[in-house]
Amino acid sequence: MPLIELQGLTVRFGDRDILRGLNATLRGRAIGLLGPNGAGKSTLINTLLGFYKPIAGSARVFGGDIHTDLRRIRSLVGYMPENDAFISKMNAVTFVQMMGELSGLPSGVALERAHEALFYVGLAEARYRQLGTYSLGMKQLAKLAQAIVHGPKLLILDEPTNGLDPSARQRMIRMIREIRDGEEMRIVLCSHLLRDVEDTCDEVLILKQGQIAHYSNLNEERRANKRFLELETYGANGDFTKAIEQLGCECAVTANRMKMVLADGIETRDIFRLAAEQQVRIRRMNFRRDTLEDIFLKAMES
Amino acid sequence: MAVYRRNYKPYAGTLTPAWSRFLVLFRYARRNLFRSKLQTGFFVACFFWPVICLVMIYLAHSAGFLAKIGIPSELITIDNQFFFRYISVQGVLAFLLTAFVGPGLISPDLANGALPLYFCRPFSRAEYVLGKSSVLAITLSQITWIPGIVLFIIQASFAGASWTWSNLWIAGSLVLSSLIWIAVLSLLSMALSAWVKWRIVAGALLLAVMFFGAGFAQAVNAVLRTENGHFFNVAYLMSIVWNSLFLLDSDQAIPVLQAWIALLVYCGICLALLMKKVRAYEVVR
Repeated sequence: MPLIELQGLTVRFGDRDILRGLNATLRGRAIGLLGPNGAGKSTLINTLLGFYKPIAGSARVFGGDIHTDLRRIRSLVGYMPENDAFISKMNAVTFVQMMGELSGLPSGVALERAHEALFYVGLAEARYRQLGTYSLGMKQLAKLAQAIVHGPKLLILDEPTNGLDPSARQRMIRMIREIRDGEEMRIVLCSHLLRDVEDTCDEVLILKQGQIAHYSNLNEERRANKRFLELETYGANGDFTKAIEQLGCECAVTANRMKMVLADGIETRDIFRLAAEQQVRIRRMNFRRDTLEDIFLKAMES
Repeated sequence: MAVYRRNYKPYAGTLTPAWSRFLVLFRYARRNLFRSKLQTGFFVACFFWPVICLVMIYLAHSAGFLAKIGIPSELITIDNQFFFRYISVQGVLAFLLTAFVGPGLISPDLANGALPLYFCRPFSRAEYVLGKSSVLAITLSQITWIPGIVLFIIQASFAGASWTWSNLWIAGSLVLSSLIWIAVLSLLSMALSAWVKWRIVAGALLLAVMFFGAGFAQAVNAVLRTENGHFFNVAYLMSIVWNSLFLLDSDQAIPVLQAWIALLVYCGICLALLMKKVRAYEVVR
């Protein structure tokens, strides 16, 4: 069953179309929602959660329609909002326990799972502190804990690394990867930080002005674009360059460095073979893989 | 699973019934309510008047004791006026308690952006409002109609079956008058706290609506030479309704039916304002 199906989903605020007839079927284990500010990423998430009503089209989450099965969808989803969201004058355990109970867990179970979730996200030592006294990074972790306390099948993370320092960001990314690899939950991660999505997601949906600019599997995309090769050589002369060009590769040489675009059917082993034949030492070889940034920029230009 | 193990597994047990989830909010909000010593103290103080009323009922049925201390037994009469006085005092206390408690129910959630956390779960806006208002409804019930009914039962046990049957309507009036007051106070305080998002200001606004509302009503009446200004005075409207429920005569500038309708309109407006603000995210158009 697809994770999310979008069928002509259109959302309008006032006279502005924020989402314009989105059509897609998302099946990945961890899907990244990318796009510049105002592209409609958060609006899409909020629409899937039923916070906004579409004016046309529909969406399905785990087969449930957002118009008719909202309660079931919400019971399957854990949501970590972008902005500060907590209940003042409450410690983390009570907060997460209450959120668990609101999701339908019995009180005792919710308390036990609140402790587990807070241990899991790394807030064990601080779990009896009031949420108001938490740092921004800790608040993000508390939000993550409340999102997973009831054991959702889909975890929606809206800008989870917002405002985090580099080490806190690393911890958050590691946590998201662990959740993804645990295979208990599927993830939709909304971010405008390409690095976050690249580090955690296997599929990416790029939005631009409320429309889908690109949807692809990141691994396949990378595999399909392994064409750029950078070499640092010792002992290479014009013959080596000529031999490479005879393979059909485009080649540019600067001092002892070569950059080439591999022709179809040419693999790195062919380059190694040529180097061995011509007694050229390869000191460094580097694929310049098509990064998410390239994919994103291409999508933005399209 | 031991909590020290840093791993995670989904929940596969039974869930609580969906209809009962609003009670979760009630339990947590109620716990917060009695965390404040001031509020707890005030809540306890709200029972002084019922205790005094209880003593008066006892004295009213102790003719010998009254004669001994020289108080004529006709001085204390337990009738509709007695219960009207009871509910009037408790109504004022209920209002003051609401000014303490009501604004703190919703405004912190709005100020801290907590609403998306509630509504991303299988939990509706109506359940949220129901859960929060049930805190006020039950707390105010505990100081208004519940002790009132206890007093009525005690009076009935002293006075006998004939008094009880002929005055049974007083019990209904006690409950109905309390419930309409509780509904007005709960909705008004929650609507105000939802709109200003600041607890102290919301509390002050509630006081202002009651006191300045009365002043504004008088000003409108004086300037426009009308009696319709009373529609801005919630307390006055309530007094008309209470007087009618306890079958007491009073100089009413507004017919009872219109007072009822005005109060219901106030409740409707508050509910509409509340539902407009209680959303996961506000849409900026």
